[in-house]
Amino acid sequence: METGTIELLLTIYQETMSQKSLISITDFSKEEYLKIMELSSKFEANPNQSLLKGKVIATLFFEPSTRTRLSFETAINRLGGKIIGFSDSTSSSVSKGESLHDTIRMVSNYADMIIMRHPLEGSARYAAEVSDVPVINAGDGANQHPSQTLLDMYSIMKTQGRLDDINIFMVGDLKYGRTVHSLLMALSQFNNPIFNFVAPPELAMPDEYKLFLSQKGIRYFEHLEFNDIINQADIIYMTRVQKERFIDPVEYEKVKNVYILKNEMLANTKPNVKILHPLPRINEIHTNVDTNPKAYYFTQARNGVFTRMAIISHLLNLQ
Amino acid sequence: MQKQLNVSAIKDGTVIDHIPTKALFKVIQILKLDEVQNMVTFGNNLDSKAMGTKAIVKIANRFFEDVEVNKIALVAPNAKLNTIRNYEVVEKRVVQIPEQVIGYVRCFNPKCITNAENVITKFQIISEKPIEMKCFYCEKITYENEIKIK
Repeated sequence: METGTIELLLTIYQETMSQKSLISITDFSKEEYLKIMELSSKFEANPNQSLLKGKVIATLFFEPSTRTRLSFETAINRLGGKIIGFSDSTSSSVSKGESLHDTIRMVSNYADMIIMRHPLEGSARYAAEVSDVPVINAGDGANQHPSQTLLDMYSIMKTQGRLDDINIFMVGDLKYGRTVHSLLMALSQFNNPIFNFVAPPELAMPDEYKLFLSQKGIRYFEHLEFNDIINQADIIYMTRVQKERFIDPVEYEKVKNVYILKNEMLANTKPNVKILHPLPRINEIHTNVDTNPKAYYFTQARNGVFTRMAIISHLLNLQ
Repeated sequence: MQKQLNVSAIKDGTVIDHIPTKALFKVIQILKLDEVQNMVTFGNNLDSKAMGTKAIVKIANRFFEDVEVNKIALVAPNAKLNTIRNYEVVEKRVVQIPEQVIGYVRCFNPKCITNAENVITKFQIISEKPIEMKCFYCEKITYENEIKIK
């Protein structure tokens, strides 16, 4: 590498590190995960704050995502901050052909923090390089969505009272689902997790993640369908099996009803088990599960507001 | 029998030998030899005991730092560099795969931001044999057979 290039890279890294952003779940240490859990709990106990008073937060949604945007905007409002931004790129200067670089440079002049969702992978990391203010990645294509992982962890912490010794079943699309990959990475920082993967071969957990677990000495098991073993679960993390992921529609037809969780399947599960889902749900959790106290997905979404309050205040050093 | 050179000798400069035939023009592109004023001669599909066929490039009056020439290791991992002074080989070097690859390789992922905007690409080498490199931005891995020079 040329010397000039090394210096340039170091400068970029240092600048990126000096104002902390959250782009990928691996940007946070175990200590930071725990701090976010603690802060989330405090905000849940006392959600109306004025820590962001006088601050402006930009929410730049280059592609629509009602659920995530409303959750972040609720978090900002609960913290007493003001919001600028847009909810899809047609209502921004992107529609006039402005580059992401220029949009971020401009907005970082106006706001104290940028929260962005963008269809292109790596866009958030690039934005954090270009921006003078911290950036939170609210989803960059199929790549990362770290606030979802932190709210998943907060939901596990809240319902199980711990992040160590968790037996988790991940069900559905484990190949393309970014939420399960990030949750796997985060939980593997804690003691003695057991991962159970339930998926058709076409959507199995990629080898790189299984290799990662093996190298860390973490136990995992693979299953082609639900069976009695779910009775050992502390957490059942459901995801949607999407038709468009299958090359052969016949294969989809074969498996589409295999990965549906029904109320009767929960009869012999542990009393502490909770069902999580990043939502939106289509049919992979039968509606008859909704009234079961083990169903937790709507409360999980609610937890997202407190977790996002915690992330924002942590990155801006408000606590 | 007198040994005949397929590519004429240079008095001073650098000879890059043992380039895979398919990588010749990539090497020229990476080192920007199409833009230099120096005399550049090259041969392709030359007989090679070790490789079957190979390519060779000779650049007159040009000497390379390791960091500069190591860039070609991605496409020509077994390339050898001979530094020539007054028609004599005064130094032999082998190329080494760099830890980071900055600015001259395209990310294979069409959905990566680096393929949509004018971003300097950055990769971390995570495996040397076969080459695997992780994009700093989209975090996807570009494999050896997917390497495309910008």
